[in-house]
Amino acid sequence: MSKFDASRRRVLKTGAIAGAGVALPTIFTASSAAAFTNEPTGGTVTLGFNVPQTGPYADEGADELRAYELAVEHLNGGGDGGMMNTFSSKALQGNGILGKKVEYVTGDTQTKSDAARASAKSMIEKDGAVMITGGSSSGVAIAVQGLCQEAGVIFMAGLTHSNDTTGKDKKANGFRHFFNGYMSGAALAPVLKNLYGTDRTAYHLTADYTWGWTQEESIAAATEALGWQTVNKVRTPLAATDFSSYIAPVLNSGADVLVLNHYGGNMVNSLTNAVQFGLRDKVVNGKNFEIVVPLYSRLMAKGAGENVKGIHGSTNWHWTLQDEGSKAFVKSFGTKYGFPPSQAAHTCYVQTLLYADAVERAGSFNPCAVAEALEGFEFDGMGNGPTLYRAEDHQCFKDVLVVRGKENPTSEFDLLEVVEVTPRAQVEYAPDHPMFAGGNLGACNPGA
Amino acid sequence: MFGLDKKDTSKLIIVACLALLAPFILNPFPTDSALAQFNAGYPDLMQRFVIFGIFAIGFNILFGLTGYLSFGHAAFLGVGSYSAVWMFKLIGMNVIPAIVLSVIVAGLFALLIGFVSLRRSGIYFSILTLAFAQMSFNLAYSVLTPITNGETGLQLTLEDPRILGVSATADGSIPVTNLFGLEMRSTFEMAVGPWAFQFNAGYYLCALIMLAAFYLSIRIFRSPFGMMLRAVKSNQQRMNYTGLNTRPYTLAAFVISGMYAGLAGGLMASMDPLAGAERMQWTASGEVVLMTILGGAGTLIGPVLGAGFIKYFENIFSKINDNVLHTWFSFLPDGMEDAVVFIIHPFIGKGWHLTLGILFMLVVIFLPGGLVEGGQRIKGWLSRRKAKDGGKAAGETNPAE
Repeated sequence: MSKFDASRRRVLKTGAIAGAGVALPTIFTASSAAAFTNEPTGGTVTLGFNVPQTGPYADEGADELRAYELAVEHLNGGGDGGMMNTFSSKALQGNGILGKKVEYVTGDTQTKSDAARASAKSMIEKDGAVMITGGSSSGVAIAVQGLCQEAGVIFMAGLTHSNDTTGKDKKANGFRHFFNGYMSGAALAPVLKNLYGTDRTAYHLTADYTWGWTQEESIAAATEALGWQTVNKVRTPLAATDFSSYIAPVLNSGADVLVLNHYGGNMVNSLTNAVQFGLRDKVVNGKNFEIVVPLYSRLMAKGAGENVKGIHGSTNWHWTLQDEGSKAFVKSFGTKYGFPPSQAAHTCYVQTLLYADAVERAGSFNPCAVAEALEGFEFDGMGNGPTLYRAEDHQCFKDVLVVRGKENPTSEFDLLEVVEVTPRAQVEYAPDHPMFAGGNLGACNPGA
Repeated sequence: MFGLDKKDTSKLIIVACLALLAPFILNPFPTDSALAQFNAGYPDLMQRFVIFGIFAIGFNILFGLTGYLSFGHAAFLGVGSYSAVWMFKLIGMNVIPAIVLSVIVAGLFALLIGFVSLRRSGIYFSILTLAFAQMSFNLAYSVLTPITNGETGLQLTLEDPRILGVSATADGSIPVTNLFGLEMRSTFEMAVGPWAFQFNAGYYLCALIMLAAFYLSIRIFRSPFGMMLRAVKSNQQRMNYTGLNTRPYTLAAFVISGMYAGLAGGLMASMDPLAGAERMQWTASGEVVLMTILGGAGTLIGPVLGAGFIKYFENIFSKINDNVLHTWFSFLPDGMEDAVVFIIHPFIGKGWHLTLGILFMLVVIFLPGGLVEGGQRIKGWLSRRKAKDGGKAAGETNPAE
């Protein structure tokens, strides 16, 4: 340092200025008078829709956004009302939420925890969102759920399938309607047993993050209970787009079933690679080689095209379901956008309605009141049969669908057929099940 | 003041005013107006402005002074974040130990990488740093999952020990980061007519640290050490031929800028206790290069401006959606409205990268010295005009700094 002439007088002066600077922020600690974070005071209420618009789950994100827009339209009394007519709770009037018109802001999670949190934070701090919903990746959902817990707003998870979201990372302010890895395993196992027998050797390719890990664990446990063996579990990066280097070793491993714990763009690419390598035409150990995709969606089937024919997996909801709720939703979504909704769209639409309904029943936007209204809530008419929002872990319990890639699709949307509707009782588990243990809901946080 | 000459003092004062008055400056539009979309004065974004400002100031000490272009600086930011979050998990929620540890760990990490990478210069140095950073990213992303929690990111839980604090608060939630009890997230809202200004404790902590970092960088720029670094940039071979070993100087510059990055990472974690592996990805390293070049490499104030510019686009433009556009242009006839929205659509929302890319190209082509050069040109133009009015010749132009 060239010229720092530290006289006593100058040091004192600098010290005083620095001290004043440090003390300055303390005068700003008084908080405003609101009872909870972002209490809506005017004639409108703002919801934050935080979905991936770029990255491997961008297709799902785009469909989620469509569903949110549709839900807002219905809540404000527009359109044909969709599932509001079939919903077992009749608290929603079509006049917004608690008479306040619903407005929304959107953001891009980029399927990255950091970006998703930044986006959610700006919704809370800048736009005054009282509820955040969305996400098409469990890593993101868990990160944003943690943020909402700290900030004191409700988080209604979108498409997140990891056991951890309502397991070890569960939060009092977070709620999940979607099913999870354990339920996929419990629903798929009996079907796989009937199809492929009890003497099989499985090879797992797994997306390397919380969802992949827990689904791999769940599927391996469920299939090993059937008598299957697991020969190898290989983790692949979420950002990978070419899986050929991961597929080649499968051929020499002695496995006769490949389990793809991939979703979205990952699954489209890995399945395409696997089919290109001729895995489906192979005969190993005297049995036809099979591929299983535990978490399936129509958007993925569309992306993978021909390759999905005859491949089994599980899904939360499918547009061909014939109950009143599903039909109403498919009709209003189809009228607005010209094609049927995906399971991601369904869960996001339902979550928005469930939140609005809980606010109406609680009579307040206060996160703690809303959480209380959602906990232990039993409802029907939302496409999955009678459903319970369990109070212990904020997870919904409902029927799970096992689906198969259709051999002879009649249209570009008719790609999956429902093989079995696994009843709710078969996929239920105790809140302290080892795969979900270690977490703690904590107390609900209203913020402010 | 503080051992600075008049020009540098005025620069420091300008930055101080900008930083301390940011809640006003960044919220120029009333909350209910249509232009409120462009307000950036909310705590999270303001924190990002100054934190990335620190990151870019540090990067500029290496790149601006020695000319060594590191493509792996995000690794130090990430390492700083992870160390800070681990301090929150193990020690307690005070931000001081977290920030101190993040600076130290990032410094050691930089020493290691710098020692190896600085054996080469030019493009080879850039490639080496890039390789190291990608290696760190992959380690954090999958191999070191027990330490980093992989893609999900390292987060606080209710089960963390926090030996100097509490694992959970009385009402059963995770304690929040604080500075001796002053919560980082506490915000004071001031309503002035239709405007709402937010003063956030965490932001002011970051801003003060940024000012200290800025001051330190001025002192480094003006010191004999800084002169030596500039000499390295202009002709390293000649220095070597005169018998001078430049390696210790470049290594020192590398470590200092790594510590700046670690400080930024520690602050990020202090404002929002989460560390994700994508903070270390090469795109994040590239971002700080862009910030520095966009603002003006080798200038004092440029990197801070560049950081603000890029973060503004990332956070504000990415949030404009078609719905918002339709409200803006609703005064146009229906067909025209749709046409205008259709034309603007690719540049907003997820297309913010495109807008930023175009601006970056324009700046690099027409203002090679970055935003700072733009400012100087405007200043020069104004003073020439004034001089013409006064009928006197313009004063000598200041060389780009």
